[in-house]
Amino acid sequence: MKSRIVFVSIFCAAAMTLAAGDSLQKTKAKSVIQIWMWGGPSQNDTFDPKPAAGYDYCGQLDKAIPTNVPGIEINGSLPMLAKIADKYSIIRSMTHGINGHESAAYYMQTGHKPGTGLVYPSLGAIVCAFKGKTYAGKIPPYIVLTQSQGRFSEEGFLGPLYKPFVTGGDPGRPVFAVEGIVAEGITQQQQQRRRELLGNLDNLGRLMPDYPDFVLFDQAQNEAYEMILGETRKVFDLSEEPDEVRNRYGRNWFGQTCLVARRLVEKGVPYITINYPGWDTHKQHFQTMQRKLSEFDQGLSALIEDLEKRNLLETTIIWCSGEFGRTPKIQWEPPWNGGRNHWGHCFSVLVAGGGFKGGFVVGASDDKGEYVAQRPVYPEDLLRSILKLIGIDPDENLPNDRGIDVKVLPYPEGYSGQGELIEIMGLK
Amino acid sequence: MMNQGAHYDILKQMDKRLWLLIFVFAIFCFIQPGSSAIKPYEDENWTIAENIIDARINEILNKYNAKMRNPCSDYVFIRRVYLDAAGRLPTLQEIDDFIKDKKPNKRKTLIDNLLEKDDFALYWSMKWCDILRVKSEYPINLWPNAVQAYHRWIYEKIRENMPYDRFARQLLTSSGSNFRVPPVNFYRAIQGRSPQSIAKAVCQTFMGIDFEKLPQDQRENLALFFSRVAYKKTMEWKEEIVYLNPEPAKKIRTAFIDGKSVEIFPEEDPRIVFANWLISPENKWFNRNIVNRIWAWIMGQGIIEPVDDAYGRDTPGKDLLVLLEDELIKSGYDLKHLIRIILNSRTYQQSSIPTRDTKNSEIQFAFYKVRQMEAEVLLDALCYIGGKGEEYVSQIPEPYTYIPRENRNIGLADGSITSSFLITFGRPSRDTGLVTERSSKPTDKQRLYMLNSSDIQRRISSSSELRKAISQLWRGKKESINTIYKILLSRPATDEEISVMEEYFSTSGVQPYQVAGDIAWALINSKEFIFKH
Repeated sequence: MKSRIVFVSIFCAAAMTLAAGDSLQKTKAKSVIQIWMWGGPSQNDTFDPKPAAGYDYCGQLDKAIPTNVPGIEINGSLPMLAKIADKYSIIRSMTHGINGHESAAYYMQTGHKPGTGLVYPSLGAIVCAFKGKTYAGKIPPYIVLTQSQGRFSEEGFLGPLYKPFVTGGDPGRPVFAVEGIVAEGITQQQQQRRRELLGNLDNLGRLMPDYPDFVLFDQAQNEAYEMILGETRKVFDLSEEPDEVRNRYGRNWFGQTCLVARRLVEKGVPYITINYPGWDTHKQHFQTMQRKLSEFDQGLSALIEDLEKRNLLETTIIWCSGEFGRTPKIQWEPPWNGGRNHWGHCFSVLVAGGGFKGGFVVGASDDKGEYVAQRPVYPEDLLRSILKLIGIDPDENLPNDRGIDVKVLPYPEGYSGQGELIEIMGLK
Repeated sequence: MMNQGAHYDILKQMDKRLWLLIFVFAIFCFIQPGSSAIKPYEDENWTIAENIIDARINEILNKYNAKMRNPCSDYVFIRRVYLDAAGRLPTLQEIDDFIKDKKPNKRKTLIDNLLEKDDFALYWSMKWCDILRVKSEYPINLWPNAVQAYHRWIYEKIRENMPYDRFARQLLTSSGSNFRVPPVNFYRAIQGRSPQSIAKAVCQTFMGIDFEKLPQDQRENLALFFSRVAYKKTMEWKEEIVYLNPEPAKKIRTAFIDGKSVEIFPEEDPRIVFANWLISPENKWFNRNIVNRIWAWIMGQGIIEPVDDAYGRDTPGKDLLVLLEDELIKSGYDLKHLIRIILNSRTYQQSSIPTRDTKNSEIQFAFYKVRQMEAEVLLDALCYIGGKGEEYVSQIPEPYTYIPRENRNIGLADGSITSSFLITFGRPSRDTGLVTERSSKPTDKQRLYMLNSSDIQRRISSSSELRKAISQLWRGKKESINTIYKILLSRPATDEEISVMEEYFSTSGVQPYQVAGDIAWALINSKEFIFKH
């Protein structure tokens, strides 16, 4: 049933023009969950298996298994995801050709090639800049679970207002100690008592009540208290979830983090990044992959299923990617002893929900997974697609305090790709 | 009943005298501006003389019908000057020693001592590393080895107080490996390597010029000076050599921004030609840029704003700038001299609490600006309170970086070290070298962290200094409270504050040690703690 697999078509360009413009009003997506597999997971060992390429390309992960979508096979390491392939699509021809973490991470998350002299904001900051205005929740609009990325400043030239809120803590532990919101060992009562005392001791503050930075300080303080004492604290409290739900996600950092992401989506938070480290497997590649992939398989499949059950999948975009893939040919030689290196020429990305159709494969790699064979997808294609699905026109102006005259995410000069992922976007 | 009557008369008489006294006192208060000092932040009378800066500032203030504020108190002064010169809070001992010292020139002596400390060099190299963009990762990509070498070089030059003209010249004219000749990293730590990118960074760093605003011919002319800067890789990981490209060996015809044209022969290094022009005493914008930067670093606001785009702008403080520029040249480009005269001025040492007559935004540079501590300084202060330094195990940059607890946060060489604290509190990303990258604005994320993080909680409960103070509670609450105040706010509590505390002790219904923890928490969260004032 190869027909379900959409390869690049010459109609693409035509479809592109059709999808632009008025279709933006019909978008459904309200939230984005970005699962950022930093370090770069292997495409061969996940969504683009190449069992025919032999042991030097597959190592121990040499099985491709059928999914519930006829014609699509993924690596045997992901059995639970294989059962729900109709709910997500796979891009097998993601490419940018960059093999350095920092430049690739920047390109994948901003849609801009490095070296332009400007530091562009990440997709999360852009979504936040547009959606933050209409979002009225008390929970910060752009959340990173659980550690910050550090490779680049997510907010770019948009400035500190668009920095994500980084939770810290570990939802896999009995208490998810979100920095600033849930302090272990401090009761609500103590919190209230202290707040009162603080009010009585603010000597310098009382002497200059109109001082602009003090006014800002007080505003920020009130907002903070609303989070500490209000619904934000509750959203991070996983003890509200039944054990069977928590177990379905997996009782580990990734699984419980996915569960937190779902709870945030329920509250309408526009952008959530799960910063999922540990994929930079130069050495001990297969041992690491076997351990991590079973967590990944369980957590991500649970998240997709759970969102769907709650009717949230159609309004929530999930995109799941590293900054690049890994060398298809295994490095058996020392010091790697069976590792895979950085590979930006061709790798796989998973997208689901929020208007992305499920059960499709976009593009294809060659018979070893080394290079793009059909329909190259560049980072700007992917990010523009996500922006459109959430109702932001990538060609409109991006307002910013620094007065830089830029569009949200236009195609770069000399762009020669095939555009947005029209083939899997249910815009019309 | 005679007795009673007489007594009554005396009272009446006393009353009259008292009223007279109050009246005289009121008039005295009215005409004597120094007597309205706000305790505990201000003093009534100056103990230091006006210096050359104050003379200029007073002229400016007169024009705006404004006055210098009251002197700040010794307690405010010691905190302020430690934060500005050494990037840290004074210790209990340092506070007590300073307050006990009755010598009239004790503020000057303290300034002299602080400027000789390693703390000074460490703190001021942090400022320089911001504008020189010292970081290993994107978009500067200096990489760890070069970051260390460059930071070390900057630190050493500040410590030995290298004359600023030579400092600038070395940054602009050096050649060689960026591991072995650290100042060549000036040319590495720039986004982009085109002559235009370099010229842009040079203009911004050394002259406060926004390159993009220059006319195109000037931009092209400036770029020509850097058209022969070249880079090559070596066998060592991430090492690069910055050198002068021998080709094209053609004569370069160009011009400086003051319009003076120049011909550069193939055997000359155009960078040297440029540097010689840059640092010549007649180049007003070289001098103006650095005095304006230093003023902004200390006072919280440049005499011309924005500091990175000061070129060609006018200011009511022009005479002050000229004075500082002259001082700089006369002293042989001695930056410490410049810092010293600023710190010793009444302008610096006046109270930071605004009065009604000083609202005019054009002369805000004449006052010490209340602003939040820098992220690194705040973290150092929290480490000092908690009794334990910050440990960094950062996966970025690679190879994984481990920085031991003994290191100060202001001494972090690399702007790429992962730290959610530093990011939250406004550490600059060091992407552009603009001073505006560093943010001192309060945010809700910062407040969350300070109000309610387990981290703050841990620092308070693990603080041996605070514990010592708390363990003395049984001897008397007042003394113990005063010690907590001095640790956190560098001053003892006022009577009013003591009574708030005593009230809290008796009504909160919890154990005294817990009360003391609450007090420490409240003080750490007060504006007086986090704002330099």
